[in-house]
Amino acid sequence: MSAPSVLYDAPGPRARARNVGYTVAFCLALVAVAWFVLSGLNDKGQLDGQLWEPFVTDSRIWSEFLLPGMGTTLQAAAVAIVIALPVGAVFGIARLSDHAWVRAVAGVVVEFFRAIPVLILMIFASEFYFLFTDVSADSRPFWAVVTALVLYNGSVLAEVVRAGIQSLPKGQSEASLALGFRKTQTMTLILLPQAVTAMLPAIVSQLVVVLKDTALGGALLTLPDLLSQYKLIANNYNNTIPTLIVIAVLYIAINTVLTQLAARLEKRLSRRGRPPAGVREDHIEQQDVHLAETKTGDASGA
Amino acid sequence: MDFLSRYDLLGAFWVTVQLTVFSAIGSLVWGTVLAAMRVSPVPVMRAFGTAYVNLVRNTPLTLIIIGASLGLYSTLGLALADDTSGTFLKDNNFRLAVLGFVAYTATFVCESLRAGINTVPVGQAEAARALGLRFGQTLGIVVLPQAFRAVIAPLASVLIALTKNTTVASAIGVAEASLLMSEMIENESDKLFLVFASIAVGFVVLTLPTGLLLGWVAKKVAVKR
Repeated sequence: MSAPSVLYDAPGPRARARNVGYTVAFCLALVAVAWFVLSGLNDKGQLDGQLWEPFVTDSRIWSEFLLPGMGTTLQAAAVAIVIALPVGAVFGIARLSDHAWVRAVAGVVVEFFRAIPVLILMIFASEFYFLFTDVSADSRPFWAVVTALVLYNGSVLAEVVRAGIQSLPKGQSEASLALGFRKTQTMTLILLPQAVTAMLPAIVSQLVVVLKDTALGGALLTLPDLLSQYKLIANNYNNTIPTLIVIAVLYIAINTVLTQLAARLEKRLSRRGRPPAGVREDHIEQQDVHLAETKTGDASGA
Repeated sequence: MDFLSRYDLLGAFWVTVQLTVFSAIGSLVWGTVLAAMRVSPVPVMRAFGTAYVNLVRNTPLTLIIIGASLGLYSTLGLALADDTSGTFLKDNNFRLAVLGFVAYTATFVCESLRAGINTVPVGQAEAARALGLRFGQTLGIVVLPQAFRAVIAPLASVLIALTKNTTVASAIGVAEASLLMSEMIENESDKLFLVFASIAVGFVVLTLPTGLLLGWVAKKVAVKR
């Protein structure tokens, strides 16, 4: 295709002139917004060098606040996803069980935890640990956050696992049963390994969700995570806005790396001729999905 | 059950519903604009759309909401309500929260729509161009209406996620369901399970019918190809 997009023709002289006009107008609008923000910040003295300096000159701002906060964030996210994965696998498989009552119970549990907000679960878990366990007050927010994230993301991953297993060709389980494998063997040796590879991008994407949700614990429970450091740093250096911006940059950096990783995994897996169909709602990187599907339908053996 | 009547559960959930509805409308509009920018012939707009989506989508919502309160209102002085009225703080925080939800949720609407645009056969856009339609017409009259019909199910997931995300507004003191839950737990810690159940049921009542209804609509309006 010569045109850059199917949505518009290669621009002629008039369209080029018009596009220049749009570009200028749009840039002016952007500049106006940027000017409003920057002049507003400047009026309040938020752009003063002394508010930003500590991030470069004072290593304590990193060693005492930002890095430990980031460590807590990453730790909570890692622990949550590591526990949520097997939980999700168990419930995902349970939803495909041959026994109706197992399917029903797993279905109700998964749908329930998917339907209620993580924050509600966090508040509940925190109070639950306070009332019924002797988890120390220091580590209570951490385990409350982890518990809530496991319950929610376990349910989401259960759906991912279910979709991943269902997207496998029926011949896989038929062949395995014909070879005399038991149902458990079919699931653990044949279906699950294939499904997990197809699900990898979705799992990594879920990691981004988990990481972002830990910030709830920082703001509304007393988890000492990356977000919550803004109060401590602002108390010491009196620079709330610069700190929030630095923290946002850190979150964006971590999550961008994870998002890129997911995209690369997805590309690699679809190159193997087996796109993770049905696992993710959107195949944004794939142009013309309807064409791609008809093509891979025949090439799935490659 | 009499303790439930001491708290304004319905009122709190009404705030949740309002937050959801206003944010949903706003993010649908802003998300569509973003999607249009990302497929537009103007490179600056494409770059802006891509940068915006990638930055905002990777920022925790909690940080966006707190940033809206501390940055937009406290620092830049952007008041979204009449500051002489008695309910100024309440209204202003509510509107700042809606603004934050719109900014965040629009990125997901944009990405769903872009996926939807990809499901529209190339021939549709080619035929539109062959008829002499300009980019705006091709997108607005031919491609987007079909794309919308294809993405109702993903948009329903976004809407459900938004409903649940409105609880984050409690970070800046908007009196919605999760703030009420914290208050109830503080006063009635012996009824923890009852409090949790009543709030959870409220959210199930909000999200489950949304999913079922929109799932039915999605099937009904899907373009048969």
